[in-house]
Amino acid sequence: MRKFNKDIIFGLYDDETDLISAVRIAKGAHLDIYDVYSPFPVHGLDPVLGLAESRLHIAGFIYGMLGTLTAFLGMTWIFTKDWPIIFGGKPYWSVPAFIPITFELTVLFASIGMTVTYFVINGQGPGVVNPVLHDRITDDKFCIAFDMHHVDESSAKSFFEKTGATLIDKKKI
Amino acid sequence: MSATVSPIREPLIEGGKSYHDITVDLVRSTEKAPTRLWWIAFLISVHVLLFGVFCILWTIWHGIGTWDLNRTIGWGWDITNFVWWIGIGHAGTLISAILLLFRQKWRTGVNRAAEAMTIFAVMCAGLFPVIHMGRVWMAFFIFPYPNTRGSLWPNFNSPLLWDVFAISTYLTVSLLFWYSGLVPDFATIRDRATGLRKRIYNFLSFGWTGSAKHWQRFEALSLVLAGLATPLVLSVHTIVSFDFATSVIPGWHTTIFPPYFVAGAVFSGFAMVLTLMLITRKVLKLEQYITIGHIESMNKIILVTGTIVGVAYLTELFISWYSGYIYEQFAFFNRALGPYYWSYFGMMFCNVVSPQLFWSRKIRRSLWWTFLMSIFINIGMWFERFVIIATTLARDYLPSSWSYYVPTWVEIGIFIGTLGLFFTLYLLFTRVAPVVAVAEVKAILKSAGDQYLAPNTEHHEEIMKQYKDAEDKGKVYGSDHAHSESH
Repeated sequence: MRKFNKDIIFGLYDDETDLISAVRIAKGAHLDIYDVYSPFPVHGLDPVLGLAESRLHIAGFIYGMLGTLTAFLGMTWIFTKDWPIIFGGKPYWSVPAFIPITFELTVLFASIGMTVTYFVINGQGPGVVNPVLHDRITDDKFCIAFDMHHVDESSAKSFFEKTGATLIDKKKI
Repeated sequence: MSATVSPIREPLIEGGKSYHDITVDLVRSTEKAPTRLWWIAFLISVHVLLFGVFCILWTIWHGIGTWDLNRTIGWGWDITNFVWWIGIGHAGTLISAILLLFRQKWRTGVNRAAEAMTIFAVMCAGLFPVIHMGRVWMAFFIFPYPNTRGSLWPNFNSPLLWDVFAISTYLTVSLLFWYSGLVPDFATIRDRATGLRKRIYNFLSFGWTGSAKHWQRFEALSLVLAGLATPLVLSVHTIVSFDFATSVIPGWHTTIFPPYFVAGAVFSGFAMVLTLMLITRKVLKLEQYITIGHIESMNKIILVTGTIVGVAYLTELFISWYSGYIYEQFAFFNRALGPYYWSYFGMMFCNVVSPQLFWSRKIRRSLWWTFLMSIFINIGMWFERFVIIATTLARDYLPSSWSYYVPTWVEIGIFIGTLGLFFTLYLLFTRVAPVVAVAEVKAILKSAGDQYLAPNTEHHEEIMKQYKDAEDKGKVYGSDHAHSESH
């Protein structure tokens, strides 16, 4: 069972320009933003929100290298130690012929590894139920949420009213 | 945030859409009951698919002797269809990955459907190498795994094994790319749905919320997957071409094959994307999202790749003459004037001559011409593979073993069956998922929607008019200068 342990107050905005200026004001007023939600990636939001660049690509590089080594060392071991066979008079360790499979496995490992990592660190997966604050967030509304344990209700409300939120609501998640 | 856009850029979203309009328009096809037209198309596709399944079972039961291949011509329709389908898949990856890296905004209108097409086409393609092995129940022998044969491994030096790795990797990466992009759109459907549909789409949407950090990771993931898929898609058809190029058969043993195959693949893939999208946009009423501008962009790619293919054909002919190698010369002479001359000229006409019509802007922007051309190119590219495979094999080194090959109903049935599989999957896809990427279209609305571009365009026209007036009066230094230089 899911635990309802956060009291969230959130405001919806109609446009991403309003969202970015509201986030900027919240940062200026030192309001602790719980999260920001949008129906599509809003460019220019990350620096305002102070999000560090994602390190997903570093993980991708490591997975890719793992694929390279698996393929290359695997084929090397198989064709020089485990069961050496001569094909067309070529040497056992015929490096150029190993390159296509090495490349493919690099891409395969990097892609699978990155995608799985992405879903795991997002806390997503088949059948996962995450709380949805409002049904229009995946449609056309932009949302700023505060945790009421960190930001008191009245200051959040006045913030939303001042920045032009079109809907203010509370939800326990 | 009105992004700066060139005023001469055509809008990619027409009709003054708001974000909510985009959601409603694009999700509609998954929310309505299927139309009668959809049912008719679906039933036809399923029946064709079932006939294909029957022909495959027939092949497995009686053996591949039912294909009328012979000692001389060992590859016929099977590998022709395989290469054709793999080629068709390439356009999807080109649109979704390469155009993402080049920041082409028009990709958002067609990428989702094109990626789906890639996946379905690769499934159809993968079928042929498996069944052409004959004893399909032994197909797992191609995978390297510790086994009871003393751990005897497959031959890692063989292009046929490289194919196994290339195509399975291609299918997997395309699927991951496609699905990770679909997750936010499934969430959009989920939040509009109720009851059982909500639960199904919640399962499919993986619990997506639209958090800023998730979007940031989403973009990081799609960028790296695009970066990986770009060399991957080039490698796949390169490796397919190695199946031929690393052999010692005259007409196959050429170094031009990898780039020539990749260009041909993109060429045929775009033709199939156009065939599908022209019907889809009409039936699902998506004309405002897949505009004439989108179609023109794809036709330009068809023109470029078609011309590359044409140059490759001519280069092959030149090199076979220039090599001074009589077997190579004979192979090409035989292709054009031998027993299969009709397929060679069919290929030349459909792939080289007909796309040249796209130099005309009017034809590039005509729906009927585009549809007709897309069909021509689909046929032409099938002929190309048939020319390379069957006609080359028909005349080998020994005149005593020269042969001719006509497919049997079983082979034709399997090919038609894969068309059935392809359209069945595509029709199901149009019911389950939005055919156009909803979130991605919203992200380009402010920079490509017609209501945002209109002021820009008006301003541009006004400036141009002022400039022209000034030029007419001889007041512009630049124009004077240009005149004097041209003398």
